[in-house]
Amino acid sequence: MKKPLSHLVTLAMTGALLLPFDALAAGGKATNIVVVADTRRVTGFLKYLSNLYNTDVWMFAVWAVVLTAALGCTLGFLMDFVMERTGLDLKSRKIIEH
Amino acid sequence: MDASWLYLYMPIAGVNIFWPGLVLIGYSVGVIGGFFGMGGAWMVTPGLNILGFPMAFAIGTDIAHIAGKSMISTIRHSKFGNVDYKLGVVMLVGTMSGIECGAQIVMWLERLGQVGKVVRWVYVVFLLLIALMVFSDYFKARQKKKLGVDVGEKGVEGFTWYRTLHKIKIPPMMHFKASGIYCSAWLPIMVSFITGVLAGFLGIGGGLLRMPALIYFIGAPTHIAVGTDLFEVMISGLYGAFTYTLKGRIELVAVFVMLTGAAIGAQIGTVATKYAKGYGIRLAFGSAVLCCMISIILKQFKFETSAAVLILSTIGIICLYIMAIMFKGAAQELRDKKAQQQLRVGA
Repeated sequence: MKKPLSHLVTLAMTGALLLPFDALAAGGKATNIVVVADTRRVTGFLKYLSNLYNTDVWMFAVWAVVLTAALGCTLGFLMDFVMERTGLDLKSRKIIEH
Repeated sequence: MDASWLYLYMPIAGVNIFWPGLVLIGYSVGVIGGFFGMGGAWMVTPGLNILGFPMAFAIGTDIAHIAGKSMISTIRHSKFGNVDYKLGVVMLVGTMSGIECGAQIVMWLERLGQVGKVVRWVYVVFLLLIALMVFSDYFKARQKKKLGVDVGEKGVEGFTWYRTLHKIKIPPMMHFKASGIYCSAWLPIMVSFITGVLAGFLGIGGGLLRMPALIYFIGAPTHIAVGTDLFEVMISGLYGAFTYTLKGRIELVAVFVMLTGAAIGAQIGTVATKYAKGYGIRLAFGSAVLCCMISIILKQFKFETSAAVLILSTIGIICLYIMAIMFKGAAQELRDKKAQQQLRVGA
């Protein structure tokens, strides 16, 4: 008796979790603002990115995410390398709550 | 003297911005975010706005910067063993669906024309509840410590609601090794779903809600809650960056400049958690939440300048507090190390 009941609860909770997707299907679309990047005052890679923003916003969005992640990772590992040289133990810590 | 080199042209927003200000914002939010385990959008957005960014660009730029900054902090927290990746991935399911659900509620309220007021007051109520929970938990823990009761291996804990929630045994049961938790997978999913709905509804990243939820309802130790929450912020931040870019509301140049400051700040904030006790982090977090709440109330009554001053002073004070913890702890550790080496040489 206990097992079917737990299956039923699991099923009900899965259903509850999927509810937002139904709501999403029912929702309207948000309006976008139209902004044009000024490419006259930038050069090189920034000019390329600004042009991309004006012509292909999807590709620009992909670049934005990839570049942000790449820069985050690079700076993270670089600073990690610098911090390792301070002589501090950066691999262990004690968890004390109070 | 020509100071034009201190200004950087933002091609999308079309404004000249004082770039050292961007580095400083990135640094401060890196310190605070790395210590508390949150994105800190409530701190960055007004800062960018003060520097001259139009509000529409401030939000998108802020989200992309938060994603990159959380990545830097997550790498560091991961080395300390503070990130429970399994718990993070399970919670992502609830967070993502919750955020979408919350956004739909906002759109429904928009159609009713009530959105601004309702969202702000709900935000205030939740911030007040979080601050109350954190402070009363601290006083309860202090009382318990005085009486000498319920001392576990991690020290005294005030509220232990998670113990009751762990008694719910709905399959599948999961073991989250890094956090030392064994519970139903539905517990982190439902907790992250509820915090996700609130985050989507309030238009925030959700770290402010998820960090205390991880501690009080799921039972993660404070340090693990901070690291795991940053992992969540990183993923949801990247997703947010993508959607905001599609809406044309991002200034990538500013994101890169801010990330250079955040790279240093995030290291300081993250390493500071090593020298802080769990309740030290919780108390500072509670104070930050309280100041955030007061600033929203001030905004609600049109005291925009006072709200900005309060936010900036909060950032400054908390940042200095965290830096003091980090440098004091690090200096002590290096002194101890040196003394041990001298002892070994003497022997």
